[in-house]
Formats: sequence, C-alpha cells, structure tokens
Amino acid sequence: MEIIVASSVGILTAGGVYLILRLRTFPVILGLALLSYAVNVFLFASGRLAIDQSPILSKYGEATYTDPLPQALVLTAIVISFGMTAVLVMIGLGAFLEADSDKIDIEAEDDSKEVQP
Amino acid sequence: MSHEGTLLIIIALLPFVGALVPGVMIRAGRTACAWFTAVPTALALIMLLILAPDVMRGEVIQAELQWMPQLGLSASFFLDGLGLLFACMITGVGLLIILYARFYLSGDDPMGQFYTYLLLFQGAMLGIVLSDNILLLLIFWELTSLSSFLLIGYWKHLPEGRQGAKMALTVTGAGGLAMIAGMLILGNIVGSYNLTDILQAGDQIKASEWYLPALILILLGVFTKSAQFPFHFWLPHAMAAPTPVSAYLHSATMVKAGVFLMARMWPALAGTDAWFYIVATTGLITMVMGALIALFKDDLKALLAFSTVSHLGLLTMLLGFGTQAAAVAAVFHIINHLTFKAALFMTAGIIDHEAHTRDIKRLGGLRHLMPITFLIGTVAALSMAGIPLFNGFLSKEMMLEEASHTKWLDSYYVVPVLATFGALLSVAYSFRFISHVFLGPVRDDYPSNPHDPPAGMWLAPALLCTLVIVIGVAPFLADGIVRAAASAVTGAELDPHLKIWHGVTPALWMSIIAVLGGLVLLLLHRPLDKAWIATPRPEAKAIFDALIMSVVALMRRITDATHNGAISRYLAIFTVASVALGWIAYSGSGLSAPTRELLPVPIVIAVGWVMLVVATVSVVVMHHHRFRALVLIGIIGLSISAGFVYLSAPDLALTQISVETVTIMLLLLALHFLPKVTPAESSGAMRFRDGIIALAAGGGVGALAYAFLMRDIETISDYHIANSYEGGGGTNVVNVILVDFRGYDTFGEIIVLGIAGLVIYALMHALLDGPAARRLKNTDYTQDRSRDRHPLMMVVVTRVLMPIAVVVGIYIFLRGHNQPGGGFVAGLVIAIALLMQYMASGFAWTQERKKIEYHTMIGLGVVIAALTGVGSWLAGRPFLTSAYTYVHLPPIEEFELATAMLFDLGVFLTVLGAVMLMLYSLSRIARSAGETVNEAAMDYDPGEHVEDAKGGT
Repeated sequence: MEIIVASSVGILTAGGVYLILRLRTFPVILGLALLSYAVNVFLFASGRLAIDQSPILSKYGEATYTDPLPQALVLTAIVISFGMTAVLVMIGLGAFLEADSDKIDIEAEDDSKEVQP
Repeated sequence: MSHEGTLLIIIALLPFVGALVPGVMIRAGRTACAWFTAVPTALALIMLLILAPDVMRGEVIQAELQWMPQLGLSASFFLDGLGLLFACMITGVGLLIILYARFYLSGDDPMGQFYTYLLLFQGAMLGIVLSDNILLLLIFWELTSLSSFLLIGYWKHLPEGRQGAKMALTVTGAGGLAMIAGMLILGNIVGSYNLTDILQAGDQIKASEWYLPALILILLGVFTKSAQFPFHFWLPHAMAAPTPVSAYLHSATMVKAGVFLMARMWPALAGTDAWFYIVATTGLITMVMGALIALFKDDLKALLAFSTVSHLGLLTMLLGFGTQAAAVAAVFHIINHLTFKAALFMTAGIIDHEAHTRDIKRLGGLRHLMPITFLIGTVAALSMAGIPLFNGFLSKEMMLEEASHTKWLDSYYVVPVLATFGALLSVAYSFRFISHVFLGPVRDDYPSNPHDPPAGMWLAPALLCTLVIVIGVAPFLADGIVRAAASAVTGAELDPHLKIWHGVTPALWMSIIAVLGGLVLLLLHRPLDKAWIATPRPEAKAIFDALIMSVVALMRRITDATHNGAISRYLAIFTVASVALGWIAYSGSGLSAPTRELLPVPIVIAVGWVMLVVATVSVVVMHHHRFRALVLIGIIGLSISAGFVYLSAPDLALTQISVETVTIMLLLLALHFLPKVTPAESSGAMRFRDGIIALAAGGGVGALAYAFLMRDIETISDYHIANSYEGGGGTNVVNVILVDFRGYDTFGEIIVLGIAGLVIYALMHALLDGPAARRLKNTDYTQDRSRDRHPLMMVVVTRVLMPIAVVVGIYIFLRGHNQPGGGFVAGLVIAIALLMQYMASGFAWTQERKKIEYHTMIGLGVVIAALTGVGSWLAGRPFLTSAYTYVHLPPIEEFELATAMLFDLGVFLTVLGAVMLMLYSLSRIARSAGETVNEAAMDYDPGEHVEDAKGGT
C-alpha cells in the first residue's frame, strides 16, 4: 500500500511539474491542480497509512485511530487550493481576454525604449 | 529593573523619540528647531552625568527589556567606563555640532531634515556603545551606516555628495554584513549573545577553532567602519557632506565606532598573535599612509580626512598591541583626537564658510583677517602635531613609548621607525595647516572677504580648544575617566597616572625627531609636492567604481539569464534547486532503517491505482486537447477520493469529491472563453528537458513519501484523540481539530477563502470595464453553445433534487461534530445543489430566487465565526474556547449543542458564499459575452404552447 501511495504522489508530481513548465496558461493551471493533489496526498500520508482506523471515536471500548491532525490540515488545504485555482483561472482568463493570447511569458522589454517618452 | 537601569533605557531611546520633533519644529523657525534638537541630546548627557559617579567607581549599570528571548535577543543595555566615555563624547560633541550647524547651514538647506538625521544617527551611535546584546548592537551598527548615508548625502543636489554617501554605505554596509557573520559565530562559541557573557569568555573564544574566522569577519566590519587600509578610501569621499556632519562623524562618532568595537571586544579577542599581526599591522600601515597622503592634500577637509584615517590607524595599532599600557594610551588618544579633530573640522568649515574656498593653495595670511579662527585652528593643529602642553602630545608620547618596545616578527626596529615616521608626517601636515592657511602675507585674491564668523560658530571649536589646553596642561584631570574606560577595555583594574614629563625616554627622542623632521618636510613641501603629483598612484575611487560596475554587470547578466519573463523558467530553476537541495540533504545523512511493515494491497485499490496512473499520463500526453484533459483530471480526483475512503479518511474523501465537482465546473466555465486547444510550441529538446526535470521531481517526492511512510514518528495527535470528546465534545476528531483545537487556523483559512472569492469578484469587474469587455462582445461563442440549454428533464430532476440536496447538506453539517462531515463539506454540498439550479434552470431564474447576496454570506460567515470566538471571552476563556451540552427533546434522540457548531456555521456560510461568488463571477462574464438569459425556467415553456394551440393561432 505504501508503494501505491508513494508512487501516486511521485507520478502526480511529475505530471504536475511537466505541465507547469508549459507555455500556455491552461496547462499550467492543470499542472497546479495535479500538484495540489500530490501535495495533499503527501501531507495526508505524513500521518502514516492506516486501514479501518478512522479518527471517529468509538463508543464501544478501546480502538486504535489513525493520526487525525494531517487530515484536518489537508481538509482545509483542499478547500484553499480550490480557492487558489479559482483565482488563477480568473487571472489567466483576464490575461487572455486583455491580450488575446494565453502565453505565459512576457516579451523581454528593451530598456532603451523606456528612456524616451 | 533598578532606577539606574530605567535611566539607561531612557538615554538609549531619547534621540529616537527626539528625532520626531525637529521636522515639525522647523515651522517654528530655525533657532527653535535647533533648541528642540538640543533638548533630548542635553537630557541624555545630563542623565549620563547622573550615572557617571557610579560608573567611575567601577559599577556596571545594566537594564534589560525582553524582546525575543527564544532567539537570545533582548533589548539589554549596560553602561561601564568605556560606554560612558563614548556616550558622553557622542552626546557632548552632538550638542556642539547642533550649535555649530545652526549657524553653518544656509537658509536654503532644509534644517529640519538635518536635525532629524542627526538625532537618528546619534541614537544609533548611542545604541552601539550601550548595547549589552551583540545582536542588538549589530542592528544599531547597521543603523549608523544608514543614517550616516542620509547625513553624508544631505546635499542631494551635489553629485559628489550622493556618490560619497553611496560609497560610504556600500563599504561600511558590506563590512557590517561580514561582522554579522562574525558576531553570530562568536555567539555560537560562547553560547550567549550577551556582551557581558562574551567578555568573560575570552579564553574559551581564543581556544576555539572558529576564533580566526570570527576574528577576521568582525575585523572586516571594524576596518571598513574605521576606514582602515585598504578600506580607507570612502572616508575622504564622505567629506562632500556639510562640515558639521564631517566634524561629527569623523571625529567623535561613526569612524570611532570601529575603534570602540575593537576596544569593547578587547578582552574577548585581543592578545593572540593573529590579533597582533592583523590589527597592529593594519593600523601601522594606515597611520603612515594616511599621514603621507594628508601632507599632499590641498583641500582642507581632505587633509583632515586623511589625517583622521592616520589617527584611526594609530588607535587601531595601539589596540592591536594588546598590552594594557597600549590600551590606556588608546583610550586617552580617543579623547584627545576627538577634541582637536572636531575643532579642526569646524575651523575648516568656518574658513570655507567665510573665504568660500577650502583650497590651501588659494589661502594664506588669514591670521590678520580671522584672528579668533587663527587662534582656534592653531591650538588644535599644534595638538594634532603633538607639541608639548597640548593634549595630543601626551597620548602621542604614550603611543611612541609603546611602539619603542614592540617587536614585529623578529625586528625591534620596524614598529618604532614607522611610528616615528608617521608622527613626523603628522607634524608636517599639522604645521602645513597652520602656515599655509594662516601665516604668510595677506592675499588679495580670496573668492570672498574672509572675516571671523559670528560667535555661534566659533564657540563650539573654542570650547574644544579649551579642553585641548586644559588636558594638555593638567592631564591628571582626565585620570578618572581614562581609568574607568581603560579598566573596562582591559577587564583589569588599572590605575594610570597621566603626566606631562616622563623623563628622558626613547619616546621623547622619537618625538623630537618627529618635530624636527616635520619642520624640514614643511620647508621642502614645494619640491616634494611636485614629485608627489608626478608619481602615479592608484586612484581608489576609479578602482571602486570599476569594481562596482563589474559587479552590477555580472548581476545583470545573471538576472537576465534567470529572469527572462517566462514563469516556466523560474519554475524550472525552482524545481531543480529543490530537488538538488533534497539530494544534498539525503546524501548528507542517509536514512535510518525502516520501522513499519508494508500494508497489503487489495485488488480494487490496485485497479484504482492503475486508473490514476493512466489518467495522469494521459493528461500529460493529451493536454493539448484541453477538454479531454479536464475530464481526465476529474478521474484523478475521484480516484484520490476513493483512496481517502480506504485509508481511513472519510472527511477528506467527502471534501475531495465535492471540491472536485466544483473545480471541474469552474474550469469548464473558464474553458468556454479560452482556446480549446493548446498549440504545440515547445521544441523537442525543451520537452525532453522538462520531462527530465519532471521525472527528477516526481522521483524525488515519491522516494521521500515512501521513505517516511516506512518509518514511525512521534505525533502530538494522541493529545487530540484523548481530549476530543472530553474537551471538545465531539467524536469526529478531525472536525474537533478544525473547529476547536486548531480553530484559530480555520478562522484564518475561511478568511483567506472569502478574500479569494472577493478577489475574483473584483477581477471580474475590472475585466468587464476594460478592453476585454469589447473583445467578449465581438467574439462569436455560438458554435459551442447547446441548442437546448435548459432541457426539461434536467430542470425537473434538479428541482426534485434540490430539497434532497439541502437536507443532505444540513444533515452533513449537523452530524459533523461526531461523524464525518462538517461546515466545509456541507458548504460545498449546498453550493453544488445551487449550481445545479443555475445550470438547469438558467442564470436569471435562479438569481431571482436568491435571497442573500454572496458577499453578505462571506461576511456573515466570518463575523459569526469571530463572534463565536469572542463569546468565549465573556466566559473568561481564551479566544475560541468551546462549550457544549447535551439536550434531550422528547421525540428526537438526545443530541448535542456546542458553540463549536456555531463556529462551523460560520465556516459553512463562508465556504458557500465564496464558492458561489467565484462561479457567479465567471457566469457574469458569460453574460457580457452575449449569452442571453431566460426569465422562465426553460427556453421552451410547454404550458404556453399548449395555450397557444388552444387559442388557435
């Protein structure tokens, strides 16, 4: 199971990194989405894996529980990463509508031009 | 804290508080402004004098304000003999400078600014000499660099002023950086950043293997500040400052800060061979070289500047000797140099002010025109030359005495001969100052009519000259302060007796040689000057400028190469750097043995994993087809939710699955306006490069995840599990952590989410006001519009689903404290339910039925969460302490009411409001793109058509 989780994190990271290195906004946003998955799973996994040990206290005697803290952190991280994605989408959309291009690089500006009005 | 300690802190703070005043008081006139600058300075001096008797008795006054105790940083001050001497010098000379500047600055100069800078600088200097914590000292040290920058560049209209200020800041700032490193090493060796501790630990420091690096780094800071060779070049360029600044910075304060620090650190650092050879040699070279250059300078202030360099070299050399007698001489010379040099700078300023030139070659014969100035200048210059009955003589004799029995390498001659030569040069340029400026015939080609200035201007130097003579004639008057300061420097009880006549000693002979030789040099000055001008010398400023230019060019090249405007390059650099750092960390220590067993993999999970891998690879391969990539992303998200379910994280699974839905909807809406295909732009090599980076990053992260998954850790969660029910009143530990244990974090997070929603709303408005709006109107989006936008089936189904979805949402919310669910998930579920209505029945129809604005919802959510937190104050508990009780209403099972649930309500409202506001903003863009809205629930209203048919039209 550990190999499954670790390899998933690795593959998601690799895919995410590849996509954020592309030259258009949309793949970069997709890449960030993949990276968010990777990071969330990674953080979640820092509580170590456990099966059938949900952190819901049992009324019926002793039970073991998985680490609830990473789960709480990841829960908010998932929601926040949604907010972040939304802002990025809006910025990307705005840039495209204003410039009619969704390229992510800015043409190098010639410094000498700035001097002249 | 003791009564004295409080006074000490007030002294340290006074100049900074006072600095606020002159800028305002300048409106009441220049004299008022000067008075209000003088008041805090004078108060500080008076308080110092109140403390002085205790300090002279050998007491050390301490005061401490805790600041960041975890970092070993506290605002602690102490006052011993050395600190007292310097603090009195700083405030005393400060007062004289304030008086002098009042008359020196012209009506065009912004005087309020000047006095503000002056007080800031004074405060920084006082901070250095009073700090008991080296980190605090470093802060003040940097502050002197900054405030002296302002002072040196005070005449902003002069290019020399600006360049001189920049150079001073660059050199002393760079040295300051080195010193920070040195001080940190020192603090690490001793294990404390308190000066009082460090000074006690001299042996431990000198035995440490880090002694030499620390020493060199600290000395770099000291030498740059005190203008020691080869960093001496900034000081003459700083002479572009107004003369009061030069007089203050270069006699009593700024450049003496380096000397002060050497004296302060003397018990901790001095006494080793390294100290002797580095410090004494540098001092010796600086002393001779500075004096030599000074002799051939025609600008009065440049002459004095190099003379200052030379005397700082002398002080450095004395401290470098590392003997107690040399330390006494150094302390005494600090006082003497202050008195005559400040007076001389002021004299130069007066001459410049009255004759409108400082060029020695254009001056001469001023003794008849400016008799008072002549008297002051002559007394001070004779002291600088080291003529008996002036104070300069006494400390110079002590210096020569020390030099006469100092062995350098194996030679007994190097130090005495060079020291005598330095003294000789010093005599020569001092005599030149007198004879070429004041003596000789009166000329008729002065740029202006020189005459003595108003009393306000000569009073300050005259006072200093009185001191020169008083100490020179009756040196025993200075016994007390020299004893206190020298004892503080050496850390030993010293009892020096300052005398004029020491008998016929080698020092006396050296002195006589120096005076006679100096006279000869003065007589030979004209031919020597010609020879000096003819000899090629390295021009320090040109070298410095070239150095700075090349550094700038190098930095520009690096910046241009890395910062080319494409985010992909920064991200690539960032990724590679992170992977490399991870690799370095791994190769440094390796891994411990694994402590956990692998868990089994059921077949369903294996299938899910395969789906995830295939989907991820497909996203990467097919990302050019954006719509397809989006669908694949959805698959990945769902696989991950399933994984969360299996791995005992039901809350995460619920959140992930609902966020997934909303995200995909959002991206779909956005994709509507974006190109549907990503063109293939990257070259094969670039894709290969990115592939390698991606694989390296993925491999690294995967390996890291695997590494820690196989090892156990200490966790603080046991506390949460143990107290969740007792303290938080809930059995769902994750939810209790969110709303109770870490409620403050959650509070911050919902605020961030709310802000994100509002940002998107604001961006949408900005967008619709700009050129984008025109483009939106002119673009044809009809080809990807459905012919039946609001199908009947969907409308009916979503209507039916709506109440069910809302009930599910409420259920999830209510049970959240004890079972998987809670405000976050409930907010998302309700958001999805609402979105379904928007999609199925249309924008306008839904909008009309919405009762609360989404902004209001965000605000309400945050306010409710905050009020819940504040409520616990009323019960006398800290912010966000929760309370709960169990309620039993007959028909329903016993249930729980907790304040945490109220907080969760805030979370719920904020999440709902933010998500809805984001999607609402995107759909607003759609409308301005020409999307029509329908008032009815469906484009096609069957009822109407039936009636139409009946009507027989």
